[in-house]
Amino acid sequence: MTPRPTPIAPSEITPPEVYFSRRTLLAAALASAASGCVRAAGGEPAGAPLAYERNARYSVSEKPNTYDEITTYNNFYEFGTDKESPSEYARMMRTRPWSVTVAGEAEVRGRFDLEDLLKGQPLEERIYRFRCVEAWSLVVPWVGFPLGKLLARFKPTSRAKYVELTTLYAPQQMPGQRATVLNWPYVEGLRIDEAMHPLTLVVVGLYGRTLPNQDGAPLRLIVPWKYGFKSIKSIVQIRFTEREPNTAWNVAAPHEYGFYANVNPAVDHPRWSQATERRLGSPFLAARRPTLPFNGYAAEVASLYQGMDLRRYF
Amino acid sequence: MPLLWWTCAAFGLFGLSLGADPVKKLEHECGKTALNLLMITLSVTPVRSLTGLPQLLRLRRMLGLFAFFYAVVHFTIYLVLDLELNLRLLGADIAKRPYITIGFTALVLLVPLALTSTNGMMRRLGARWRRLHRLIYPIAALAVWHFYWQVKRDVREPLLYLGILALLLGYRLLRWQLRRADAHPRAAAPGALTSTSGSATAPGRT
Repeated sequence: MTPRPTPIAPSEITPPEVYFSRRTLLAAALASAASGCVRAAGGEPAGAPLAYERNARYSVSEKPNTYDEITTYNNFYEFGTDKESPSEYARMMRTRPWSVTVAGEAEVRGRFDLEDLLKGQPLEERIYRFRCVEAWSLVVPWVGFPLGKLLARFKPTSRAKYVELTTLYAPQQMPGQRATVLNWPYVEGLRIDEAMHPLTLVVVGLYGRTLPNQDGAPLRLIVPWKYGFKSIKSIVQIRFTEREPNTAWNVAAPHEYGFYANVNPAVDHPRWSQATERRLGSPFLAARRPTLPFNGYAAEVASLYQGMDLRRYF
Repeated sequence: MPLLWWTCAAFGLFGLSLGADPVKKLEHECGKTALNLLMITLSVTPVRSLTGLPQLLRLRRMLGLFAFFYAVVHFTIYLVLDLELNLRLLGADIAKRPYITIGFTALVLLVPLALTSTNGMMRRLGARWRRLHRLIYPIAALAVWHFYWQVKRDVREPLLYLGILALLLGYRLLRWQLRRADAHPRAAAPGALTSTSGSATAPGRT
């Protein structure tokens, strides 16, 4: 039985079908398009409200960062390499209509409308730690559902050893893609057991509302025990593969960014230490804290890597 | 001026803000200002001779000292606000992180230049003063390298600085070669002589 800190009568919960009707989604798209203005007006969460329940079992007790911090300090190179650029330019991205192509080693393949993918998936809020490879961190209340539940619908075959995920490629909407800073489109991937792990989330919301574009609308991945770059944003393709996918940062600098990218204070980045991190939004001179193995999720995920040399598979 | 601007931003005055990570913002902005001032200091000599305004030389000491000031502020922010005075982390960073080793070296090398910037020291050191202050060339190169190495992926901006540095140092190299060719016209090989004399008129024309 999952503890519920904020009990909501089942009758009060709007059925997801109602929430994800086209009309609501259109409103959400308009709201997220206007998110820049809303943020400037006072940092209140933008986007359409979502129906969800908090999953306390998978939430941390640390204080979440503010909506403003989470939405104005982003690494989303498709909109520029400055932290502020995504919040300035991400409104150029059209997130409706949105479809996701499913390909590779699965029985169910094809192109699916976002509405179809989300239909019948109860949403939950989880408060996760988020640790960037650049040694800063956040605490974020995401709204989503386990990736495993989505993947199961496509009936991956026994040859599906990995899952490869791809971000939208649209240089007209994503000005950062006009420069070859990374090989576009952005690709990330997980081993199938990592992808099916209950901690791995498909995220559609933040602070109870639909995701703002700069945080990866309309749907993104969150893998809380890995460095942030694994948690790919604005996903348009899911491909099941037998071989390890070529992921964007690993291709860009293989000696600096491994395929696994598990948060590990004992394995430094070649150019900087990973032993500590700075929690954004902390009081003056109290931001730096030790980094935890697997970002504090070792009890849940360390067994996935039993017998592996984590220095080699960094 | 930049420092005043950031102080306002740090306290949220006049609608200015340092964003979600004010420490990194301040650290990077101070570092970049120090680098900008280093580049401006290095451009005094070329600009002076190209424009024929010898009085520009008087600005050079002030610019150099400002560069040193911002480099010190940059380091102080890193030590106090970023590392939160964790000296063990500082030691590990300087010993193990090449980009920090390089940046720290540049800062340490700036100290003797700042200390010998007074008129009295210039007089006392005489010809040795010029030799000592040529340290500014390796310092500028280290500073650009420090910037280049700490960037995660997008190296366009550090490469721009590298280009500017190459121009500023290339100008000096060219002048030095021309002066040497003028001093020993017969010592140079015939091939080299024609090539340098071909470009010898270039600075005059600009």
